[in-house]
Formats: sequence, C-alpha cells, structure tokens
Amino acid sequence: MPLNRKDVLTLEDMSVEEMTLILDTADSLKEILGRDIKKVPTLRGRSVMTLFYEPSTRTRTSFEMAGKYMSADTANIATTTSAVVKGETLKDTAWTVEAMGIDCIVMRHPIAGAPHFLARICQASIINAGDGMHEHPTQGLLDMFSIRERKGTLRALKVAIVGDILHSRVARSNIWGLTKMGADVWVTGPSTLMPPGIERTGVRTTFRVEEAIEGADVVMVLRLQLERQKKGLFPSIREYSRLFGVTRERLALAKQDFILMHPGPMNRGVEIASDVADSEYSLITDQVTNGVAVRMAVLYLLLGGGPEGSAQAEGGGEKR
Amino acid sequence: MTLQPKAQIMDKEAVDRAVRRIAHEILEKNKGTDGLLLIGIRRRGVPLAERLRASIREIEGAEVPLGVLDITLYRDDLTTRSDQPQVHRTEIPESVKGKKVILCDDVLYTGRTVRAAMDAIMDLGRPKAIQLAVLIDRGHRELPIRADYVGKNVPTSSREVIEVKFRETDQTEDKVLIVEKVEE
Repeated sequence: MPLNRKDVLTLEDMSVEEMTLILDTADSLKEILGRDIKKVPTLRGRSVMTLFYEPSTRTRTSFEMAGKYMSADTANIATTTSAVVKGETLKDTAWTVEAMGIDCIVMRHPIAGAPHFLARICQASIINAGDGMHEHPTQGLLDMFSIRERKGTLRALKVAIVGDILHSRVARSNIWGLTKMGADVWVTGPSTLMPPGIERTGVRTTFRVEEAIEGADVVMVLRLQLERQKKGLFPSIREYSRLFGVTRERLALAKQDFILMHPGPMNRGVEIASDVADSEYSLITDQVTNGVAVRMAVLYLLLGGGPEGSAQAEGGGEKR
Repeated sequence: MTLQPKAQIMDKEAVDRAVRRIAHEILEKNKGTDGLLLIGIRRRGVPLAERLRASIREIEGAEVPLGVLDITLYRDDLTTRSDQPQVHRTEIPESVKGKKVILCDDVLYTGRTVRAAMDAIMDLGRPKAIQLAVLIDRGHRELPIRADYVGKNVPTSSREVIEVKFRETDQTEDKVLIVEKVEE
C-alpha cells in the first residue's frame, strides 16, 4: 500500500495502515544513519524547502539532514518570530517558493491550520512541522517509532503524557497516533493546562501524576512552556515542579522496564529532574536519531515515486 | 494482458544441481572461502544466496557470511514508474571492505537491478571484488553487465517472462517457468 496523499498535515486524519507504512519504512531507512557514507541517491533531483515562522533547532535540522541523506536538495527560509503573517503574505511566499520548482515545503507556523491552507493552494507536498497548538505529526511518528523499536509494539502499552497538554501540539499528535495504534494513553497535568473534552479522543485523564505513571510502560514528559506562566495558568514554576515534575521517586511507580521520553528542549529541574533525563531509562537522544529516520521515510513516501493513486509493487526487482 | 504458462524449464532437482555446481565454481575461482561474502538481492536472490551458503558448507565445511540487500533506494526508475515500491531492510552482517562479494539474484535480464545493487554495495564500502551469481540468464541486457556464475542460460523473447519459484518465498516446490504475455 503506498502513501496515497500529497501532504502530511495531521495524525488525526491518518489511518493505522499509513502510519504503519511510515514506521516500517523508517525502520528500513535507519540503517543508512549507521553507515560510513550516509547518502543514498533516492531523492536526487527533488527539492525540499523548510519554511519556519517559529524558532526550531532539532525539527528544522532533522528535516534538512533527512533530505540531504536521501540526496534531495534542501534550502531554508527562516522568518522572524515576531512577524504576524497574514494570509496574503503567506500565499505569496508559498507561490514564490513553488515558482522556484520546490517539490516539498516543510512548514512551521504559529497559527493552527496554516499548513492546511498552504496544502490547498500549492502543487508541492506540504509537511506540517508544527502549527500553533494543533499538531506536529512527524514528532508523533518519531515518538511512536521510538516506542515501537524498544517495545516491539504499541498495542496495550500504558503511555503517560505528563505536563502542559493544553498548549502541546506534540501531545495532540501523540494522542491521535497512539490511541489509533491501540495504546492505553493517560494524560496528566494541572487542570488549567488540560484541554476540556480531551477524553473524547480516547485518553484517560487524571490530575494526580502518580496515578498516570503507576504501571506505565512509557512516560512522556512535555516541555513546560515557561512563557505561559505570565498568563497565570499556574502559580509558580516551583509549585509546578513539586506537583508535576517527573522525578526518580515518581518514576519508581512505573513498570520496571519503562522508557522515558521528552520531545525537547528540556527545562531541567522543572518538568523533568536532571538525573532522570540522563538515566538509562531515557530515550531522549534516541528520539533525535529516530526523528531523522522517520523524516527520511516521510520524504521518500511523498517524493520518491510516481504519481499518486497508483498500484503498489513488491520491492526488489522488475517483472522479468 | 494476462500471463500464460508456456513451459517448465527447471524442476527441483535441476535447481539443486545448478546451485551445487555454482557453489563448486565459486570455491574453485576464489580458491576456497577466504574473504567471501554472499549478498542476496531481495527477494529471490536471498534464497539463492542461502542455498549457496548451505552448499559451500557441505563441500568445504566452512561458513560464509550472508547479507540481504534491498535495492529500492538505488533504482533508476523510481521517478518514472507509476507505483512506489516499499523499502525493505538491508542487512549486511559485516563490512564489505576488502571482501569478495558474491552478489546473488534469481534472474539476470536488463542488468539494471545488478547496476543498482553494485551502487548500493559501493556505498557501504570498497569491496575487493564483486562477482555475480544468477540462477537464470535470459539475455536482453541494456547495460554492460555479465554474470560470473549462471545456473542456466535461457534464450527468451521480450514477450516472455521468467518465473522463478522457491519454496521459501512462494510456498511451492522449486521450479522455473517461462510464461508468455498474451494480449486480451
């Protein structure tokens, strides 16, 4: 089954089969990252542009390296973070990029739905690299890949997502993806940072972090977006850290072979204790490596083949 | 267009004998198993490589390392063909550097698969040599490539297709068929 789509915008609209194809492809491609010469000719002649309206180090670089390892040409447009970009401007930017013959635009934007808008007006493939508080599908995929690689499956695993659920696009993509793949997802955090109605996505909620972590196979810590503190959503960073910080004591409640994840960048000593972030349970650096493999898979599946809507052939050789 | 079976050109015994002969030829040409590395091209090059390894073990009592190569990322028709082949894992147990690589595939036809496989191997390191073993050579080369070891040469027309069946990949007894493309 090919990935029959032009764009990757959300995990909400992605099927189990599509997600599995991406994860399986990433699994095959990860081997390239261990080679002496990290380059395959697959996407030669294809071009990828990153268009980021928000700051980023790992996501942007990860897409750029993924493209380069597959021999695509990559270029970056960094816009200032303070600019409020109006529809017209975004449209013009997109059409300018397209006029240069770009095949794929990787976009991050502070407004939810901005990549969807671009997908409608552009011929190029659009990959959402984070839109406002909405979704960050490739982060969700790389987290699922990391869990699956370690645990062999996602089905029936207890996954605790801890922290600022309300503002987190990482949490949203993970919730959509993990629940579809059959994981038992728990979310926990202060009530002010819990979106109302989140249970409708199929997750279980609790305001006691211990309840979420108890017996968990995976503990996923979210970045506390410190800038939100000014809005008075929680009294102080110290109090947050005391009530919801992920510490060695709290992690003792998880399964013995649990894994600890964080999408980065970390606030050490706030949402995650520094010693546990560097412990043997931590998958945090694996997540970064896997991010490159997953993005290679997404780029291959979107750009590395013929037109969409066609039949699938078994890999290997031509019909002789 | 349908495919119509035309003739069976090899049965299980014939495949076995061809594999044993190729194993002997590999050992003769390379003067033993030193520095050999068998690499099967997915999918049906893999059972051929596995059988050659078993045969070499029987003859020489030595174990030759075996790798599996997926050439999807190196195909020259990726951007032109209408479908998208799924990428499978490449698993080579040791470095190809300085090795005598025996590349294995079921059918040698245009030579494009072998070209892709050689590029893939070169990206993994610099082997001492690459030799090619195929069960069937059916002609119609489009690139300057030839096999070092051939199970059977089968002259074909371009309307014919060679189907190799292995029990490992096809849930049937080993056999090689010629089938013909028939216009409806």
